[in-house]
Formats: sequence, structure tokens, C-alpha cells
Amino acid sequence: MDFNQSLYRQRRWSNAVGLTLSMGSMALGLTVLLWILFVLFSNGFAALDWNMFTQSTPAPGTEGGGLANAIVGSLLMVGFSVLVSTPIGIFAGVYLAEYGDESKTAEVTRFVTDIMLSAPSIVLGLFVYAIAVATMGTFSGWAGSLALSLIAVPVVVRTTENMLRLVPGSLREAAFALGAPRWKVATLVTLRAAKSGVMTGLLLAVARISGETAPLLFTALNNQFFSTDMSRPMANLPVVIFQFAMSPYDNWIRLAWGGALLITLSVLVLNIIARVFLREKTPV
Amino acid sequence: MIETAASPKKNALELRNLNFYYGKFQGLKGVNMNIEERKVTAFIGPSGCGKSTLLRTLNRMYSLYPGQRAEGEINFYGQNILDDKQDINLLRARIGMVFQKPTPFPMSIYDNIAFGVKLYENLSKSEMDDRVEWALSKAALWGEVKDKLSQSGLSLSGGQQQRLCIARSVAVKPSVLLLDEPTSALDPISTGKVEELVHELKQDYTIAIVTHNMQQAARCSDYTAYMYLGELIEFGSTEQIFFKPTKTETEDYITGRFG
Repeated sequence: MDFNQSLYRQRRWSNAVGLTLSMGSMALGLTVLLWILFVLFSNGFAALDWNMFTQSTPAPGTEGGGLANAIVGSLLMVGFSVLVSTPIGIFAGVYLAEYGDESKTAEVTRFVTDIMLSAPSIVLGLFVYAIAVATMGTFSGWAGSLALSLIAVPVVVRTTENMLRLVPGSLREAAFALGAPRWKVATLVTLRAAKSGVMTGLLLAVARISGETAPLLFTALNNQFFSTDMSRPMANLPVVIFQFAMSPYDNWIRLAWGGALLITLSVLVLNIIARVFLREKTPV
Repeated sequence: MIETAASPKKNALELRNLNFYYGKFQGLKGVNMNIEERKVTAFIGPSGCGKSTLLRTLNRMYSLYPGQRAEGEINFYGQNILDDKQDINLLRARIGMVFQKPTPFPMSIYDNIAFGVKLYENLSKSEMDDRVEWALSKAALWGEVKDKLSQSGLSLSGGQQQRLCIARSVAVKPSVLLLDEPTSALDPISTGKVEELVHELKQDYTIAIVTHNMQQAARCSDYTAYMYLGELIEFGSTEQIFFKPTKTETEDYITGRFG
């Protein structure tokens, strides 16, 4: 064998360059992320206290105050949105994976879902403003929930479909081979096999909508007072953060940091739970 | 059971001029044969020869896929199952199928067996318990799983999973069982168990088995069909096919000169 020194050196050299570049970009990305987290955690934890969960947002110029109304408002709107988008998303995902397959309707649904997935959320907010807020004449929690659902549904549809597609065709055939009709195969066998993946999709959708600000600005707006009336304007964490962070009041700015920390932590927890679910995904 | 020459042969399935198409590609070419009741009929031949395709026409599994179609006749106790009016789900309950890889459903061992039964029968709890025990015993699995019926079917070993799948098919009491290379993913011991099972099951069921393993065909079948490129080259009793094949192609394949 003729060992080619120069070729070998060249390869070592390009390897070193490639490695440096990729390590550098990773370090850059990681630094920014850690920086964000550091600033958020140091300001956020400093702002965290018990009043944050018991008191409502303070009026301008008053001391103290908390985020109770915003936390409850966010939970209510996200909760209703999940209640609505879970069945719609799962049914549509099952249709795409088990029934529609290559049909025209399925192709169109898939295309529309993909557009919805990448649509700027502010556009969806404006849309709900036009069809719900403008016609009913008031901002409301329902409108906010609707806007969030428009964001959540496509996420659930696509993850459900993708997870069902991971279920091997042989499992489907085995169920058909026993004489099972299609809907029983879909509900009792494939959906069950893809259960953890579908759950992951739901959690990711929740994580996605809990931080959305733009669609809520046009729909739920905000409410300075504690309210669980979904037909009236409703406080929520993202919009409170948006308004308070730009305010001149120290206690408002403090609350904005606290709220940002709360959202980040809950999204983090949801993501971790989703990962655990996906890892436990039964190998079929 | 004593088989006398006088006992009349009865066909479970009669294939008449069967052609099969994957889109434009013809997978089966004018197949004519009878599958005798309560006998084991083996299909051998090189990969891609159409033996699995043939099996999948017998329970119309191909109907799941648009673009696949069969022409000709398959008479199942006198009824042409290729007829559009045939209720496919009902047909599949009467002609069961076990696949190459074990496919336990993501549910308990008990529910795996009960799944198919519940589709067409309304049994009480105790009747269902009996049926599950019966099916698992038929598949020689009862002793190994009777204490863990509520565990997931996925917790079993590969060989046990395949016997679970056989039990699941047997549980709905079909009249025909189609086995598509049922032992190709199993170790020799599990293979032996499944082969014994086939021998056991033919007392009550008509069995059609596709296999890549010629010894397996020789060991456990009564009739053997040799297929090549979508055609049925030779079909006869297993003894005749293996010891006195009439066609040179069959002989070449069986003796290992080809394939």
C-alpha cells in the first residue's frame, strides 16, 4: 500500500476545520441560550413570591400586586383550547393516516394544515378579531381560546398523523386479518399503539400555545381584575408580560419577569414530560 | 383418525384461472388449484414468485390497497370470494392469517385473544375466559402465560408472540388458516413448536402455509405447490413433489440447483 502523506494531512486538516466550525456554532447557540436563561432566572426568581399567585395585577401607581388573574386566565383559555383542539386534531390525524391516505381530500387537508402550522400567529389573531371580536363587539376569553385553538389544531393533526404512520403496516394488516372493520382497527389498535406519540403531540401543542402573545392581543386583550367569565376580556400571562415589561413602574416590571419565568418553567416541564412519554413509546 | 382411500376429498378453496395485478405488474398468472379441507398445503418457490401474493388473495388482504386487483375465481365452499358482494370483514373472520413477523396488539395477552372474538360473538365473561384458555392451549402457549394474562402481549418472547398470534387467529374459529412464513423470524426451538402446532391444528382447520424452508414444507405439509414468476409450476402431494417431481424446474429448485 502506498501511503499518501499529503492526502492524509489534507484529510486531518479538513477534519480539524470542520470540527472547529461545528463546535463553534454549537458554543454560540448554547451561549445565547444560557445567557437568556441566566437573565430570566436571575430576574425571575428575584421577583417570585407568594403574592404573585394570590393577588391580581396591580393598578398603575399602586404597590405590590400579583399575577393570579393572569395565571387563571391563561389556564382557562389554554384549557378550553385543549378541550376543543384535542378531539378535532386527533380525529383529523386519524383520518389522514388511516382513511384518507393519498386521496384528494387528504392531500388538501395536509396542505392546509401545513400552511396553518407556519402561518404567523398574529394573522390568526387578526382573523379571530375580525370574525369574533368585531362581530360580538367585545374582547373575550372565548375569542382568545379560539385563536389558540387555531394554532393548536394543526400541531395535533400533524403529530397524530406522523405518529400513526410510524405504526407498522403489519400491525394494521394483522387486525384486518381478524375481520376487524377499519374504525376498530384505527381506534383499538393503531391509535393505541401510537398513544404515547399522540400524547407528546398534545403536550407540545400546549407548550406552543401557552407562550403565544400576538393572537391574544387582538382577542382576549387583558383584564386588570380577577375574572373567570370567558365572555369578557381576560387577563393572561403573555399579554401581561408584554404590557408590564414596557411600563415605567418597578413592581410591574418585576411581575413581568416573574410571569416570564412561570411560562418558561411550565413550557420546560411540558417538554420534559413529552420527552419522557416519547421515550416510553412501546416498541411495536 | 383413520384416513381411508374411500373418504371423499373435499376442497375448502378452489382457485380457477386466478390472475393478480399490482397496478400493471402481473403477480399471478392463471393459477388453477384446489386446497383440500383439513390438510396442510405448502407453497414454496424463490422470493418474488408470488406465493405470498397468492396467500393474500385468499383472504382478500390485497383489497386494502388500491391498485391491487385479482381476476378469476376463488371458490370458498362454493362461493366466489372475489365477488364484489363478498363481505370482506366476514370473509377474514372465516379465513384467518398469521404473518411473517409476530404482530401482538399493544394490549394484554387476554385482550389480544379476545379482540377478534368480540368482533363477531357476544360472549359472557366466563365464556370468553374459556375461549381464551382454549385458544391459548391450541397454540401450546397456555402453560407459559396462564399466570400473566393481564401482561402486555409485547412482553412475550418472539416465539411466544408468534404463538400468541396463532392463538388469536384460532380463537375466532376460522375454517381456513393462512400462514405466511410464520417461522422465518423465529429460532429453531420456537420453529419446532410452531410446526408441531400446524400438525395439531390440521385436525380442525384447513391450512395454507408459505415457507422459504423446504425441509419445513416437507415436514409438515400434505400437499406442496411450487411457484415461479407468478406461475404455479407444479402441484401435488408433498411426497410426490419432493421425491418424484415431474418438472425439471421443480427438481432443480428442490435439490438446490436453483433458487
